[in-house]
Amino acid sequence: MGKSSATSKDAQALFHSLRSAYAATPTNLKIIDLYVIFAVATALIQVVYVGLVGSFPFNSFLSGVLSCVGTAVLAVCLRIQVNKENKEFKDLPPERAFADFVLCNLVLHLVIMNFLG
Amino acid sequence: MATNLGFLILIFSISSIYVSASVFYPISDSHRSAASEIFTFSDPSLEATYEALATLEVLGVGANSDVQTSTCKSVVDTLSLPTSNIKNLFFGLRVNRLLKCELSDGHFMDITARIKDSVPGANSLLDFYYSIGSLIDIKGQTSEVDVNLENADGIFRSIKALSQSDGTWRYSSNNPESSAYAAGLALETLGGVVSLASSEIDEYLINTVKNDIMKLFDSVEKYDDGAYYFDEKLLDASGHHGPLSASSSVVRGLTTFAKATSTSLNLPGDKISGLAKFFLGIGVPGNAKDLYYQIDALACLESNSVLIPLIPSIQSTVISHTSKDELKVRVTTVLGSAAPLLSVKLMQVFSSGSKDASIIDQELKFDSENGIHTLEALPESVDVGKFTFVFEIVLHDAEHKKIYATGGRTKVPIFVTGVMKVDKAKIAVLDSDLGSVETQKKLSFEEENSVSLSANHLQKLRVSFQLSTPLGNAFNPHQAFLKLTHETKVEHIFMVGSSGKQFTVVLDFLGLVEKFFYLSGKYEIQLTVGDAVMENSFMQALGHVELDLPEPPEKATRSPPQSVDPYLRYGPKDEISHIFRTPEKLPRQELSLAFSCLILLPFIGFLVGLLWLGVNLKSFPTSTVPATFAILFHVGIGAVLFLYALFWIKLDLFTTLKALGFLGIFLMFVGHRTLSHIASTSAKLKSA
Repeated sequence: MGKSSATSKDAQALFHSLRSAYAATPTNLKIIDLYVIFAVATALIQVVYVGLVGSFPFNSFLSGVLSCVGTAVLAVCLRIQVNKENKEFKDLPPERAFADFVLCNLVLHLVIMNFLG
Repeated sequence: MATNLGFLILIFSISSIYVSASVFYPISDSHRSAASEIFTFSDPSLEATYEALATLEVLGVGANSDVQTSTCKSVVDTLSLPTSNIKNLFFGLRVNRLLKCELSDGHFMDITARIKDSVPGANSLLDFYYSIGSLIDIKGQTSEVDVNLENADGIFRSIKALSQSDGTWRYSSNNPESSAYAAGLALETLGGVVSLASSEIDEYLINTVKNDIMKLFDSVEKYDDGAYYFDEKLLDASGHHGPLSASSSVVRGLTTFAKATSTSLNLPGDKISGLAKFFLGIGVPGNAKDLYYQIDALACLESNSVLIPLIPSIQSTVISHTSKDELKVRVTTVLGSAAPLLSVKLMQVFSSGSKDASIIDQELKFDSENGIHTLEALPESVDVGKFTFVFEIVLHDAEHKKIYATGGRTKVPIFVTGVMKVDKAKIAVLDSDLGSVETQKKLSFEEENSVSLSANHLQKLRVSFQLSTPLGNAFNPHQAFLKLTHETKVEHIFMVGSSGKQFTVVLDFLGLVEKFFYLSGKYEIQLTVGDAVMENSFMQALGHVELDLPEPPEKATRSPPQSVDPYLRYGPKDEISHIFRTPEKLPRQELSLAFSCLILLPFIGFLVGLLWLGVNLKSFPTSTVPATFAILFHVGIGAVLFLYALFWIKLDLFTTLKALGFLGIFLMFVGHRTLSHIASTSAKLKSA
């Protein structure tokens, strides 16, 4: 019992420290995180749908999921580049990173649209 | 039996089509009904109107009064117009001759003066033709106007100067090509000059023209069936001048010239008849121009200025021996009016295939009430078959020989048919070694036969019958077959050979086992005897024979597979049924819609999250130019996404990429400006 309460306490402590550490994260990174969560959640809903009713318009399903996953990956890349603590991207202005993000998204969605059927 | 009859009728109709090539029929009601269909007066030109009216008048069909009124109006317009050309004047006057529109003598005087002024300056044949023709028409329509030509000799000479040594004419002195059509026009014009001349034309000149006519007739061409025509070598751009128009033109010119000079041209009667046969042989032409040429020429021939051709027409070229048909000949002129007193004689009868002719001199009996000459009894030598009868028309009155052209002897192909006598028909099974008859049955082809025989491979089957014509001669039909059909539809056809009247076919089954594919069993027997002249051609089932053939050896050929019905081969094929992919199973619509809504949840969560994070648009540029670029940047992204939506809905990849190229360049430009502005402001903030 004692051990388990210690574990939950530890977990709570860990959670608290994570939360406090995350609170220090700049807002623009939080927005990107939110966007990633949004994209992944959308992808998950589609996977659940396909799990429920079958994969008939398979290319549509693939497009939908890959669009979400792809944009999430791009968002993560953006986050890496924008994060000031990543020294290797120090010289890269966040605007340039954003332009890359927009361009990559447009190319990704051109392919997705082509594949949508 | 019905199929046999149909077959016979088919053969007869084919042979009658063939025959009609050399049997000529005078102008009949079929021409009249065709003419009223062909001439619709849809072409407003006076030339076409004249041709239509002239043809209808010859045929005795009246044009309706609406046409007459409207045509008269255009005639009066044309004739009173001082600028009308000579061709329009000519046809206007011709139409007026037929319709008798209200034209004053003043009109005629004006036109006459104009034409008389133009005649001395004319240098082409057509100018002369239209001028002289117009004057002739004026002369025919009013007596008040003086149309006589003073310088008729001179005009005659200048037209004559265009003639060639072979009797053809040139259109003008600087055109070396000559034609028979032009010769016809020239003759008509010369005839006109003669009748307009105020003083007698030099006899010598007229004789030279007669010589020209003779020379022209030397070049006349001939068909095998006795039709003569003038060939047209000069091809006209309008495409209207062929043998028909040339012959028609010559005939018209000839008759006009003969009538004007009122001399005998001494043309050979057979050529005149031949020309008539040529025009009649065309049948009913399909277009207005050809019909005009045909009818106009025939009317000219009928007009008693050269020789009137008489045309014997046979009412039926198929004659049945059995029903004692009589051969009926009607002799008429080309337009179908009655001929003078004459008798028709059957001179010769040729049998097809043999060259020797039996000479007969048999006069046909004349029925004056109906005007029909009847051959009451066929000559004794005429049995069934295809014959050529040669008729001759003999005019009773010697004076008539100068007026009418009988065309010499007329050859007419005649089919004589009859019911053949079939008797002593027997079918028998013989023993092979001795030839002794084992079973024999009599057959009668008037009724159904259903013999039932049985034979083995050591026996023979014999079918025999006798065939003779109504006159008792031997007859060899085109078709005499015996057909054996096995139960499996395998057919075998054997020719029935003949010697004289006796027809026999013997099937030696020993020699036929291999051909029969060793198929034992029931064979249906069918006998076919048919010929075009045999009225009782038949195709009859005789019954069946039960064949007992030996077992096939190992290497024996199998019978080929037979189609169930040979006619099916040409019938419609089975309908092709297409197999379509079955549609995929789709979930219920509600479920899909529910998930579509569910997809929106994360998006709403995203928006709520943004609000919770306190996102703002503070760094959105405020000054005008950067703000414009920022807005354009967002609009550009929106436009690209909209283009993607369009691409998904209807556009193809190439259109999309083209549009995307332009949008991309625009987006890059404004994006670069916007982002660099933001970068510079943040750098300023930092440095500050």
